[in-house]
Amino acid sequence: MSNTIVKMLSDTLAGFGAATWFFFRILGQLPQALLRPRLIVHQVHNAGALSLVIIMTCGLFVGMVLGLQGFDMLARFGSESALGSAAALALVKELGPVVAALLFAGRAGTALASEIGLMRATDQLVAMEVMAVDPFRYVVAPRFLGGIIALPLLTMIFIAIGIFGVQLIGVQQLGVDQGTFWSQMRGSVEIEDIMEGLIKGCVFGVACSLIAVYEGFTAAPTAEGVGRATTRTVVNSAVMTLILDYMITAIML
Amino acid sequence: MTSDRPKTFNLVEISDVHYSIGGRDIFKGLTLEIPRGKITAIMGPSGTGKTTLLRLITGQIRPSRGKVWVDGQDVSRLSRQELYLLRQQIGMLFQNGALLTDLSVFENVAFPVREHTDLPEALIRHLVLTKLQAVGLRGAHRLMPHELSGGMARRVALARAMVRDPDLLIYDEPFAGLDPISMGVILRLLRKVNDALGITSIVVSHDVDEIALVADHSYILAGGKVVASGSPKALKNDQSALVRQFMNGLPDGPVPFHYPAPDYYSDLLD
Repeated sequence: MSNTIVKMLSDTLAGFGAATWFFFRILGQLPQALLRPRLIVHQVHNAGALSLVIIMTCGLFVGMVLGLQGFDMLARFGSESALGSAAALALVKELGPVVAALLFAGRAGTALASEIGLMRATDQLVAMEVMAVDPFRYVVAPRFLGGIIALPLLTMIFIAIGIFGVQLIGVQQLGVDQGTFWSQMRGSVEIEDIMEGLIKGCVFGVACSLIAVYEGFTAAPTAEGVGRATTRTVVNSAVMTLILDYMITAIML
Repeated sequence: MTSDRPKTFNLVEISDVHYSIGGRDIFKGLTLEIPRGKITAIMGPSGTGKTTLLRLITGQIRPSRGKVWVDGQDVSRLSRQELYLLRQQIGMLFQNGALLTDLSVFENVAFPVREHTDLPEALIRHLVLTKLQAVGLRGAHRLMPHELSGGMARRVALARAMVRDPDLLIYDEPFAGLDPISMGVILRLLRKVNDALGITSIVVSHDVDEIALVADHSYILAGGKVVASGSPKALKNDQSALVRQFMNGLPDGPVPFHYPAPDYYSDLLD
């Protein structure tokens, strides 16, 4: 039993060590990768633009649910007018960055991991190595950069659509006064709150993109290996997002 | 580029190489030479480490003992940067082509040129179309890899491997899974490319008859060593049991047909 725990711990530590080394190798290739903006724009499109529909749809429904639940809860205290500020703070500081990161891991992270894993399985990465082209420069770094640019943008879009969803339910359907709704929101949401959401978006972007490219790059070159890498990407990204969320919140509050 | 010793008649020299994976010995004192300007075939039963040998030559793995010399340089002692410089002189045709799936045929062939040179677009186009013409696929330059047949993908990969006129061209199972026409095309190209560009070729293959048509010299590997070498004709007449089994495709011999198992009848009656 104790041997199993020790092995699990040492495997986890080894995994963290390998991912850290991987991260520094990406950092080493970033200057070279930045010289090829075309590749990065392509990856921002892949990770960002192609995730827009799911981000916007989920943002709208999360906002609408928040409108219903928020109104119900606030009505118990007779403070329905605070719906705008409560919902906006929840979206900007927590729900926006976290849910956007979870959706990003499910949509873009899995796509990145399986794409790179398949490149490994079909010898494309080895072919690059033999052609004296570092796959970190051509494959990994642009995808990583694409992810860390895309997620903060998706987070902001998620928040904006979410607030629209809250307004749709709270103001249009449940009759909260429109002027109160917006003015309360403007009065209570500080620039620090928006910065907190943005910082979370950036940190989650780094974590989710790193996990996706790492899992894809180190996948076993088989169908099973690629499948496992994809699963690990979602699970590890979700766990890491929630752990980091707690840590950032504890630091910034 | 640092040169460790004077350039020799042989482009590649493998000297007493030992290599093992997961406790299993792949090479136990492998020694062989690849002469410049010739086509050298590496043959042997499955699992004898033919592809591992190619990985040693291209510096993807390092031997646990022994030396791998390529163009006068000890591959296992090169830094990453030096290794990349050396690899720029090497072209490799992978078994499945290994074309980059997000690039068109043209961009795949142009890929090594774009990565390593600053040539103007007109010159790159000229270079790429020349190589594609040589493999008969100039008309397919706009296609994507998923639109190609296995034989076409192999030919595009060959065009990519030779686009920078390498000194050494390595073919990993170039005939595997090809129909007779595609196989004939690759065979003809192999000889033509070697002679026209004056390069050195290493071909790893099981296809004894096809290899006999093009190879100048062949090695047969088994048990982690070279068990026979010579011209394909000489190997055909070799009297050793293993070489005869391999060259004639006999199902049983020194390489047993059956995977080690307990006695057949007692196994059935259990």
